[in-house]
Amino acid sequence: MRDHSVTLPKATWQRDGGEVLLKLEGEWTRVAGRVTVEGYEDGDWPEAFQTGDLEGFDSRLPAYLMGCFRAKAEDRGSSLEGLPDDLRGLMELALKVPERVEAKKGEEDFSGLVTLGTKTKRLWEATFSVVEFVGETVLSLGRFFVGKARFRKSDFWMTVQESGAQALPIVSLISFLIGMILAFVGNAQLANFGAGIYVADLVGVAIVREMGVVMTAIIMSGRTGAAFAAHLGSMKANEEIDALRTFGFNPFDFLVLPRVLALVLMMPLLTIYANLIGILGGMLVSWTVGITPMLFWTELLTAINPQNSSLGVIKSVFFGITIAIAGCMQGMHAGKSSAAVGEATTRAVVASITAIVVLDSAFAVMFTLLDI
Amino acid sequence: MLESKNPMKKISVRGLTMAFGSFVVMKDLEFEIADKDIFVIVGGSGCGKSTLLRSLVGLVQPAAGAVYYDGKNFSDSTGPERMKFIERFGVMYQSGAMWSSMTLAENIAMPIEENTDLTAKEALELAYYKLALVGLSGYEDYLPSQVSGGMKKRAGIARAIALDPEILFLDEPGAGLDPLSAQRLDELILKLRDTLGSTVVMVTHELASIFAIANNSIFLDTQTRTQGATGNPSWLRDHSENEGVRLFFNRGETPKTNSKS
Repeated sequence: MRDHSVTLPKATWQRDGGEVLLKLEGEWTRVAGRVTVEGYEDGDWPEAFQTGDLEGFDSRLPAYLMGCFRAKAEDRGSSLEGLPDDLRGLMELALKVPERVEAKKGEEDFSGLVTLGTKTKRLWEATFSVVEFVGETVLSLGRFFVGKARFRKSDFWMTVQESGAQALPIVSLISFLIGMILAFVGNAQLANFGAGIYVADLVGVAIVREMGVVMTAIIMSGRTGAAFAAHLGSMKANEEIDALRTFGFNPFDFLVLPRVLALVLMMPLLTIYANLIGILGGMLVSWTVGITPMLFWTELLTAINPQNSSLGVIKSVFFGITIAIAGCMQGMHAGKSSAAVGEATTRAVVASITAIVVLDSAFAVMFTLLDI
Repeated sequence: MLESKNPMKKISVRGLTMAFGSFVVMKDLEFEIADKDIFVIVGGSGCGKSTLLRSLVGLVQPAAGAVYYDGKNFSDSTGPERMKFIERFGVMYQSGAMWSSMTLAENIAMPIEENTDLTAKEALELAYYKLALVGLSGYEDYLPSQVSGGMKKRAGIARAIALDPEILFLDEPGAGLDPLSAQRLDELILKLRDTLGSTVVMVTHELASIFAIANNSIFLDTQTRTQGATGNPSWLRDHSENEGVRLFFNRGETPKTNSKS
């Protein structure tokens, strides 16, 4: 059991003319309590040690000495004279390999201008790498269309399944609820004017033009975009992408292309499905306030037509490309550690959701100008 | 076809400098690897051995200098020309780098299928054979995540030799293997060299295996950031003028100098 009568560890730096003597006393162990240091001046290193009253030590003592040694002034000696043999051995072992001065991390400069400069530089680099990645994707698609891109068909079908069929439950739930919410809100407002029947127009137009595709895209960013980033990121961390390269595979064709193709194929299908489910949700809510499904359907058909219901589907193709590129890009550019994979996933989701909303605004402006 | 009549060295490295941004890892490397050499890259940890290997296979672009294969510049080649070089390589990575979504056998069969006209069945047979060579018979249908680190490493070697490469690059193949597997590995490397005529370039720390099979080496010196010596490791152990090199090959003991008593 612990001995409660330990003497507290104490270091006394005694100065005798120019000579410095370090007197070590007491129990220098982790459990022994606070160290008392007396007479230490910055840069000191003793010419000799006195350890007569040293009762015992563990790594705490060499760690303290090492700290003083690293802080010692250039002109001090490096004498270990007077230390007991075992302690001296430990110190010699620690000092054997000289400190790699150039390996030491320098202090970073956080002043305003430096931060601004670094940020600007990073922003430029980030923009450049997005452009580069998009360009690579286009080249890769080009190789695909002339039949030169090599990738595993099974990889493609796997992604189709993961980003298609397996996404159906969550897409169903979310679009059904969105349809219901729109119908509730619409009905509450329109009923005030005695125009309750127009809830069908509202739900229909809102779903097929905006909500169906945007909600699907956001679900897919969080689900599939994140999965792409995490998968490619860990492949990179594990040198699997290097392995592809040295077997002569183009990692772009092999990994990014099938994912882009799969999402471009699945997003429109998912969007059409989400539109139908959303309208179904709106229809059911309207039924509860007395608008029969038949009536709802008839009214709906006056509001939506092939032209405006294709808008959402057209957008979904672009959103699919965006999600796939954001996910794959963050994965391919991830650092080589597990923390970096997490960061890449976060960035992929944030980037693709932001891009989707920005792109959707651009589409809204464009469609308004074109009057569709 | 395997017997190269070319008098030129298989691999020549000229003035190679490797750097990450402004941080120079190694500079002015200058060495040659002959056909059928078993060449080891040694040096303290963190000195850039793996980076050198990655430069040799083109994953890292040199900051200066170039790597030549049979006298042809590899570092500056691009496109299809570069592919011609890469087709001759087999690379095994430190942690195996097996493609995680495929079984061990598929990992090996995939490059075979993609790079040859063999049928899927033949490719799979080849994969089984290569796995047997590294002592992994019976694990063909395991995913990389289901086997141990040492097994992944061996599977990585099996994949590296999938296409009977002319030049085999191995990044620490022996580290973490039990003594018997390590010994089998040495034997395998010698066999590959003798039967296929492969040239082997490897990063390793295993002194026993270095002296058993290597006939040429380069020692990367952390202090000077360039090569300490190059040549046969057994010779360097006893005769190198660089003390760091002698110390390294003797595990820090210097039996050739007068022993202190």
